[in-house]
Order: sequence, then C-alpha cells, then structure tokens
Amino acid sequence: MQNQSNYIVEVTDLKKSYEKVDAVKGVSFSVSKGELFGLIGPDGAGKTSIFRILTTLMFPTDGQVSVLDFDVIKDYKKIRSNIGYMPQRFSLYQDLSVEENLAFFARIFGTTIEENYDLIKDIYVQIEPFKDRLAGKLSGGMKQKLALCCALIHSPDVLILDEPTTGVDAVSRKEFWEMLIRLKDKGITILVSTPYMDEANLCDRVALIQNGEIMSIDTPEKVIENFGRKLWAVKSDKIYQLIKDLKSLEFVDTVFPFGEFLHITLKTEDLNQDELISILTENNHKGIQIQVIEANIEDCFMQLMSTSE
Amino acid sequence: MKKILYILQKEFIQVFRNKTMLPLIFGMPILQLLVLVNAATLEMKSIDMYVVDKDLSSLSHKLINKFEGSPFYHVSGVSFSIDEANEAIEKNQADFIMHIPYGFERSLMRENSTQVQLLIDGINGTAASLINAYSSSVINSFNRNIIVDLTKMPQIKELNPIAVETSYWYNPELNYKIYMLPGILVILVTVISMFLAAMNIVREKEIGTIEQLNVTPIKKFEFIIGKLVPFLIIALFEMAFGLLIGKLLFDVPMVGSLGLLFGFTVVYLLVVLGIGLFISTISSTQQQVMFISFFFMLVFILMSGIFTPTESMPLWAQKVNIINPFYYFMRVIRMILLKGSGFWDISREFFSLLIYAIIILSLAVWRHRKVA
Repeated sequence: MQNQSNYIVEVTDLKKSYEKVDAVKGVSFSVSKGELFGLIGPDGAGKTSIFRILTTLMFPTDGQVSVLDFDVIKDYKKIRSNIGYMPQRFSLYQDLSVEENLAFFARIFGTTIEENYDLIKDIYVQIEPFKDRLAGKLSGGMKQKLALCCALIHSPDVLILDEPTTGVDAVSRKEFWEMLIRLKDKGITILVSTPYMDEANLCDRVALIQNGEIMSIDTPEKVIENFGRKLWAVKSDKIYQLIKDLKSLEFVDTVFPFGEFLHITLKTEDLNQDELISILTENNHKGIQIQVIEANIEDCFMQLMSTSE
Repeated sequence: MKKILYILQKEFIQVFRNKTMLPLIFGMPILQLLVLVNAATLEMKSIDMYVVDKDLSSLSHKLINKFEGSPFYHVSGVSFSIDEANEAIEKNQADFIMHIPYGFERSLMRENSTQVQLLIDGINGTAASLINAYSSSVINSFNRNIIVDLTKMPQIKELNPIAVETSYWYNPELNYKIYMLPGILVILVTVISMFLAAMNIVREKEIGTIEQLNVTPIKKFEFIIGKLVPFLIIALFEMAFGLLIGKLLFDVPMVGSLGLLFGFTVVYLLVVLGIGLFISTISSTQQQVMFISFFFMLVFILMSGIFTPTESMPLWAQKVNIINPFYYFMRVIRMILLKGSGFWDISREFFSLLIYAIIILSLAVWRHRKVA
C-alpha cells in the first residue's frame, strides 16, 4: 500500500450528531497495519456510527477521518474498493444462494471467487456443502461465515466488522474469533466492535467506548493493569440483600453484580478477608464466600464508566 | 460497464425466483384485460323500467311493447299508482318510470299531440342521461310510426329537410372495447413498472443489502441502470403480451406502426420508472412506497382520460395533466393503434415525455445520492 504514515485508520476528534442526539462526541484513535482493534462498548455507545463513517456510508459532522490514508469525504470511492465491511445486520441477498451471493460480490469488485479463494478457503469450506442453499435459509452462524466471505472476497486491506458475534451462539463465536485471528496473521488489519467484554482479550488493542466517548485505549493487559486496585468477589445466600447492605457500608466504593458473585472495590486497602466476613455476618448473611480476584476487562469498563459519571 | 451486466443478472435471478412474480407478470394482464375491458363499459343493458299505464289504450300498449321488444329494457313492475312506482325507485328495483297519463290516446286523436312522463333515477348522472337518450330515441321512433299509422297515409317523404348522416371515424361501430383495451394496457404497464421498481429498491433498503452495495465500488449510474433496465424489459414484454391478447381476443385494430408505439413506450417507461425510483428514494419501507404510489396512481389514472375525455375537464385539470404521464400515453396509444398516427402527429407528446423523463430521472438520481 501507499501508506505514508504507519496507521491504516486514523481518526481525530470525530464528531457525529443526528438531529437530536450527539452519537459520537470527539473520538480519536488510530489503528496500525496488521492490528486487530476492538471497539468495546454497550449498545448505543456509538460503535456503529463510527464504523459507518469509516466505511464511507455516512459523513462525519466534524473531525478528520482517514482510512488507508484516504479521506473519508474526498476519497470515499478509493476507500470502498479496499475495505471489507460486515454490517451488524445480515445484509446479503436472502433470495440468492450462498454461491450466487459470493460470486455477485466478487464480480462487483471486479474479481472472481477463484482469484481470492485462498483467503476465504478456511471459512468457505465450512459452508461449501450448502453452496446451493438460499442465504435466507442458513443458520445464524452460517450466515456470519458467508457474510465474512463476502466481505473478504475482494481481498481488502482493512476489514471492518460491526458486532459480528451478536446473536451468535457461544461455539460459533469462538470459531469466529479464531477465524479473525487467522486473518490477522495473513496481514489484514481488522476493526471489530462488540458488546461482549470477554472478546476484548482477543484483540491487540481495545478502545472502551461509552456514550460516544472513548474512555480508554490500550492493550487488554494494560487496561487490566490500570485497574490498579484490589477487587473482591463476594457471595452469600441472599444476594439481593447483600447488594443493598454492601452499598450502605461506608468503606465500600463500588458494587457490581457479575453472575453469581458481586465484584466490589473498597475505599480502604486495610481490611482483610476475615474482617469483611465478620461485618457481613453481623448483617445476618449466611454462606458467605469472599476472595480477592484478578480484574477483567468488564471490571475496568464498569470502573471507568462510574468514574466518568 | 460489465458491472451493470452482473447487477442485471442478479436482478433477473431474483425476479424469477420470486414466486409471486411470474403469476403477476403473466396472470395479471390476462385477467385485467379480460375482466376490465368487458366490464368497464358505458353501454347500458337491461335497464329496469317501471310502467305506470293509466290509459290502458291500444296506443299505450303499443308503446310499452316497443320498449319490451328492445334488448335494453326489462319491465320490472307495472302499477296504476305513481306512488308505488316511486317506491320501486327508492328500493332500487327500477331505474326509471314511464308514466302514461289517462287520456294519452284520446288526446293524440283529438289534439294531435299527447304526453308521456319519464321519471329517471338520477343518482348516477351518466346512467340517467343514457337512459334518457335511449328512451327518447325509442319514443321518437314510435312517434314517427304513429303518424303513419294514424293517418293511414303513406309518408311521402322524410319530414326532415336536412338529413343528418353520421359516421364515426376510426371506430365506426363505436365498439368501446377497442377504446378501453389500450387504456387498460397503459395502466397495466405502468403499475408493473412503477411499483416493481420502487418496491425493489426499497426492499434492498429494508433488508439492509443496500448498505453492502454502497460500500462496493459500484457507481451510482451502474446501480440505477441495473435497477431500472429489468423492469423496463418486463414492462415492454408486458406491453407486447397485452397487445397480443388484444389482437387475439378483442381484435383491436393496429393501424399505426408498432415500432413507433414501442419507441414511445420506452420513453414513457423512463418517466414511470423515474417516478418509481424517486418514490423509492423518499421512502424507507415498502409500505410507504405502496401508499405514496397508490395515491399518485389513483389521481393520475382518473385524470388520464381513460373513461372521460380530458378535453371536457375544467381548464385547471387540463393544466394539472401536464405532469400526468398517463395522460400522454393514453392519448398516444389510442392515436397510434386506432388512428394510425405517425411520429409527427404525436411529436408533441413524445418530446414532452422526453423532457419529463430527463427531469424526473435527474431528480431521482440526485435524491438517491443523498440517501446513499
């Protein structure tokens, strides 16, 4: 590529406003060549807006955005030939067969299935037995694979995937991420968004995004390191009462439910496990389990969210 | 340019894979032409007549017989009371009353003139004036014979010094079917092309495939040509199919050049497809397309002159018709098929539509960019 800078995607102070809401409020980030970059955040955080601007489907309200050193406003046509985009919603032709869809998108990009077969081979072999089946009749996981094939068929330099694993079962999700990592190894730069925090660990770098603002950009390990506090997992028989009690305790900072445990941080580092148990026993809690745990991305996210509020 | 071919190929696969499309393309013209051409008639048959004969003379019987003998009339009731007759009209059992007053025959004998009263249900103005015209002509011809009968003298000469000889050009038998068929064909071709094109594009929006297409390097004109050409071809096929039905089943005359007709159809379809495309750019669901195009379609069809001549519309309505594509095609298809008009006869309509096509297509293309 004709890259002058080292960055494949460069976003500076991007803003996007719709009629009533500001969806993206001044976001900056950059993605290097060959990186697997994750945009992690809940629904409505602005992930799709950012991706739609990167894929030139939408103009930014303000700010500089370039993909492969092309400006998204001036050179949108050049960007389109070199990116692969997989929208959040399955948007292939349901009334065309698997093979017809793939062939159509290949031809539209001026190539053929055969020419870039190497790139999609790993994925396509899984759906090839169903190549005559209409795309609308495929299962969710199959649809994702087909959509990925269609986004890859013209051998793009950048792959932009908007929540590819939303609504897909756990096994297919795992498979899908394995495919992404293999693609990354082939040198394709990948931007992926997801609301699932556990997927963040698979990215090279992640941007945690909330309400149109990026709270943190770093490698998943660094994000966790930056948590920098002792995190406790607490459990008792009456979990709801436990939340209420913990929140009323003065030395407790944050309480977030995580599955069957509550993750809490304390304002003081002085208390130890036994002291905590005795305080909770005083409040009539039984079956108390308590331990110090490693923070995960979601904990970091929740912490960043509560501090930004 | 090759990309257009790929889009066309894709569109045709989708059109023919759609289970409702083939019946629509082949079934609709047969059904519509068969049903509508025969049903949408301005002729009156079996007019329900209520007779109030207070005279009961041989003359009044002769008059009633004259009506009964006609295939257009059916005597639905007889009474002496005009009130009962009125009731029959109110109950919709009769279309009109013929009231023969007492002394009908006598007054003719003595005073050489007499009276008959016709009371016509005027709810449907067109029907009422037709009934009036038919009945008057029956009574008139009865009139002429009476003079011969009563005076028992052979009539020497036609009484009217000026004889009016009427002959109808282009449709000598006033066969309404050959007038209606081209009109219905126009509607058919328009519905097929406008609806299908608009629905097709909006469907891509609804399913989200337009997003996937927009990130490809397809150029806008390639996309639009790829979307419009399939429906242009289908509509032209529809036109040929409809004409074939017209020829075989209704023996519609085709005096003019078919080449000219199809040439004009292409220009017309550009306008219609342009409108369809424009509608698709301002709507985001198929439902909206349905409502918007249905609204325009209804107004355009009723103002197009399919039933009533546009010349008899108020001046403002004739001005509105300038933007009514149906109006041009309705005139031209009849002119070419029935009259055999040549290019110069229809050049005004041809160039008007050409300008129209350019305007609406550019408008649609311009709007399309804003959406994409």
